[in-house]
Amino acid sequence: MPARITLPTLSVISVALMAAAVTMIFFVAPEDADQGISQKIFYFHVPIALTAYVLFGLGAWKALRVLWTRGERYDLESYTAIHQGTIFGALTLITGAIWAKASWGVWWTWSSNQLVLFLVLFLFYCAYFMLRFSVEAGPRRERISAVYALFGVALIPVSFLAIRLASDFIHPTVFTREGPQMTGTMFGAFCVAWAAIVVLALVMYSVELAGKRTDAHLRELREALGR
Amino acid sequence: MSGYVGDVVALARKDLLLELRARDTLPAMLLFVVSTLVVFHFALPQGAGDDAAYGLLWVALVFTALLGLARAWVPEREHAALDGLVLATGDRSAIWLAKTVAALAFLGAAEVVALPAFAVLFAPLDAAAVLGVVLASVGICVVGTLASAMAAAGRGREVILPLLVLPLSIPLVVGGVGASVSSEPRTYVAFLCLYDAVFAILSWASFEYVVTE
Repeated sequence: MPARITLPTLSVISVALMAAAVTMIFFVAPEDADQGISQKIFYFHVPIALTAYVLFGLGAWKALRVLWTRGERYDLESYTAIHQGTIFGALTLITGAIWAKASWGVWWTWSSNQLVLFLVLFLFYCAYFMLRFSVEAGPRRERISAVYALFGVALIPVSFLAIRLASDFIHPTVFTREGPQMTGTMFGAFCVAWAAIVVLALVMYSVELAGKRTDAHLRELREALGR
Repeated sequence: MSGYVGDVVALARKDLLLELRARDTLPAMLLFVVSTLVVFHFALPQGAGDDAAYGLLWVALVFTALLGLARAWVPEREHAALDGLVLATGDRSAIWLAKTVAALAFLGAAEVVALPAFAVLFAPLDAAAVLGVVLASVGICVVGTLASAMAAAGRGREVILPLLVLPLSIPLVVGGVGASVSSEPRTYVAFLCLYDAVFAILSWASFEYVVTE
């Protein structure tokens, strides 16, 4: 987190953006002609999914820094980013399932490429935690976790391609090469919602990181005091 | 023969020789893959069709590969030989490459039995399907050897390995099944080549970080 913005300020920004997003979603953006009120979940589902990618990417970037600089702090940052990414990934699966139930009448559909991709990534990153906690803390664990996190960013495009090859295409494509297929206010609400979710993710990331750092410092102190 | 290739050949030869003398892995893989095919015969309902059988072939191959990969680093671990290998002069990625070659040799030997058995028991296999199996085997050995080295560093390694390898092998299964059942297998074969190249480079470059203290 940049030093200029403190965590409380960031939290206030997050709450304000979230309030603005909810207002825009329900009172400004028009209701979808085809899907009605159930389409509103799109303003949460897609930003959460995009934010999960951002967090996985951040985790991999920090992992690269671990391998590059052998810095211990990057390990904690990479782990926290992936932990938050997995939480947002789980939220993507849940909101996706709700949307699928509302639109298609089923909780799960294998023909929804993005949902299947998130399921694969969710399984992959759950294994990250299993791996991390099976290795004793130390430089080796940092490096093994970092290599696995880097595999994750390679797996995202490869799995995306694989799932596209494997299935038909009935998921609504909102973003095409011609730009977003939405009205101006819908796109505005989407952007505000995305900003709100990104800032929320940043707050959660910072809170978890602060907690983990305090925990680590406390452990060092205890060891120094010989208890 | 000296240098990088020499290291790889010597290390792979060591693994193959060990297997030839102890016969720890390959007989288990052969028996496992044939038993799995027999179980699948009874698991498939009557009139399930060839496509379902091709899918099950991939389940059998992935699990057979996992069985072999679980034992991949056992000789190195038992006598702390990996520490010696890591301390030796030379590029450490040669250790990974040699282990991948050995794992591929074991999996290939299992497939030499499994594929004809599948063709006799279930459905015929064409050239594209066999090519798919070959390319996917390369992919699974490439990522599996590295994942196995990662799992070997921790507790509960037998439990961790399938958890690491299965999500990574999903694209391979997509490519392999596509090459077997699709009328346009070229796309799937190209995809498998892409997977192999991406993950081979990544594993080759990152192996050193996994084994060094």
